[in-house]
Amino acid sequence: MGAPLISVRNLHKWYSSVHALKGVSLNVFPGEVCGLVGDNGAGKSTLIKILSGVHQPDRGEIRISDRPVKITSPKAAMKLGIETIYQDNSVVPTMSIARNMFLGREPLHFAIAGLGLIDHQRMRDEAMQAIADVDLRVRSPDALLSELSGGQRQGVAIARAMHFKSRVLILDEPTNHLSVKETTKVLAFVRSLPAQRVTGILISHNLHHVFESCDRIVAMARGEIVFDKPIGETNVDEVSEAL
Amino acid sequence: MRKLFRIYLEKPELAGIALLVLLTVIFELRSDGIFLSAENLRGMLGLLPEVGLVSIGVTVLMICGEFDLSVGSMFALMPVSVALMTDRGIPFIPAMLLGLTIAAAVGLVNGFITLTFNIPSFITTLGMLFIVRSLTVVVTGGFPPLLSGDLPIGIFTQYVGPGGMIRASFIWFVVVAVVAGAMLGGSNFGNWIRATGGLLDAAAAMGVPVWRVKMTCFVMCSVLAGFGGTIQVFRLGAPLPSIGDGLELQAVAAAVIGGTALTGGVGTVLGAVVGALLIRVIDNGLVLSQVDANWFKCAVGGLTIFAVVANSWLRWTARRIKVEG
Ligand SMILES: Nc1ncnc2c1ncn2[C@@H]1O[C@H](COP(=O)(O)OP(=O)(O)O)[C@@H](O)[C@H]1O
Ligand SMILES: [Mg+2]
Repeated sequence: MGAPLISVRNLHKWYSSVHALKGVSLNVFPGEVCGLVGDNGAGKSTLIKILSGVHQPDRGEIRISDRPVKITSPKAAMKLGIETIYQDNSVVPTMSIARNMFLGREPLHFAIAGLGLIDHQRMRDEAMQAIADVDLRVRSPDALLSELSGGQRQGVAIARAMHFKSRVLILDEPTNHLSVKETTKVLAFVRSLPAQRVTGILISHNLHHVFESCDRIVAMARGEIVFDKPIGETNVDEVSEAL
Repeated sequence: MRKLFRIYLEKPELAGIALLVLLTVIFELRSDGIFLSAENLRGMLGLLPEVGLVSIGVTVLMICGEFDLSVGSMFALMPVSVALMTDRGIPFIPAMLLGLTIAAAVGLVNGFITLTFNIPSFITTLGMLFIVRSLTVVVTGGFPPLLSGDLPIGIFTQYVGPGGMIRASFIWFVVVAVVAGAMLGGSNFGNWIRATGGLLDAAAAMGVPVWRVKMTCFVMCSVLAGFGGTIQVFRLGAPLPSIGDGLELQAVAAAVIGGTALTGGVGTVLGAVVGALLIRVIDNGLVLSQVDANWFKCAVGGLTIFAVVANSWLRWTARRIKVEG
């Protein structure tokens, strides 16, 4: 498999008195899709929020391509090529598709100290292109996210992550609240990540989804990793047993 | 029908504009043409900047998800401070800058307390409403200071333009509105304001500096309130510590009538202007129609409730018929 792309060593995280991560160590290898499973409250979201810069670990080390890194903010994670699609809040429902796609990374006509006027035409064109690139169809880049179905919203979040050329794409329960058809589409997309040279981390509590679209399965329980095997060497029963 | 809903969702101020047109027609007919006469427009537009500036600040702050109820008190504190300072011999421009700094400081305190202790800004600024009003009365010692006659207040109050149709304050107001509109609708910072009020966690997760965004909006709101009050005092010539009483609610009313969502994330500067203008139109139109002036608050209150109900109904319906289809 070679050297890991992301290597997490002995990560701890407390939310005041809740010990959410108790010494998590995990390697994610380039070009694989790693499935992360576990019951609610196991610490999956906490782990990926640390990788995407939303939370800071209290202890432990993160290495990317064998270099120690401090992911101090979402911006820092994006700079490292880590894009994340969050469980329930990856897009702002009251804003348009174009504004959501480029939130925090707006194309500007000019900038003074990072502030400037948005190049709306370019933002709308690139948004439509990015949407088309992930085989999504929407009326207009000005449509509000609240007008879209759950699957379309997730599609916008995916299009955004792909547009910014992520090296690592993390999806936290992306199929929650989606119809069967939309779920199939998202899983097919996850399966296509290696072909697009993107490393994936898929969080799900549906073991079948993970077996369908991942190369490796990692299970968490009560803040610890309790299981880690390639898909080919295990089966649903064995993982269920471990949980 | 779908198309109408779609347009409404993208331009929430449209309902307010429609109402403005409707009321203008009604008042014009009922007042036998006086309502749209040059003389009456001149008076109405002369008053608009004062509440208009406050409404813009309150609207932008509401879009980023916070409230400021202390604007009415700030409306008095800044002009009273400026009057006191010029009275003690401080030149006009430094006094104005210091006054704006005081307003900014109050905004900073509002934001800092709200965000640090994670309490509703509704409460923080309700407290500040009393504190600032009390300070205003205390610093005047019960006697409103005099506004010395040699201040260059003409840069705000004199009539300019063809036939002296508008006051200079109106130009200041238009400039502020255009800049605020460009900031909110056209700049990346405006995008961050909408996102912060629309869904805080999503904005933060995309790297939007939500803390700084909110602080900036608190400061902007307070500064605009102080500025609006200063313009009113210059027009009236008397820095009464009681001015702006109840203005916070007029400003919130203007914001929601203009399509701003109480839940944050939705609204425009144009909507704020339309809302403020609607309030002025109602005030003026009722007088011209010889209706008892005491109906004014009733009309604004009724319109506010109507606007909130109508807006939430429109948004709910638009979502149900799935305009995207
Ligand atoms: N922001 C937070 N503040 C306090 N506790 C939290 C927070 N986020 C998660 N937790 C707690 O941390 C533990 C792990 O949660 P989480 O990482 O969301 O699990 P999962 O995503 O696997 O369901 C849970 O006990 C949860 O209640
Ligand atoms: Mg979770």
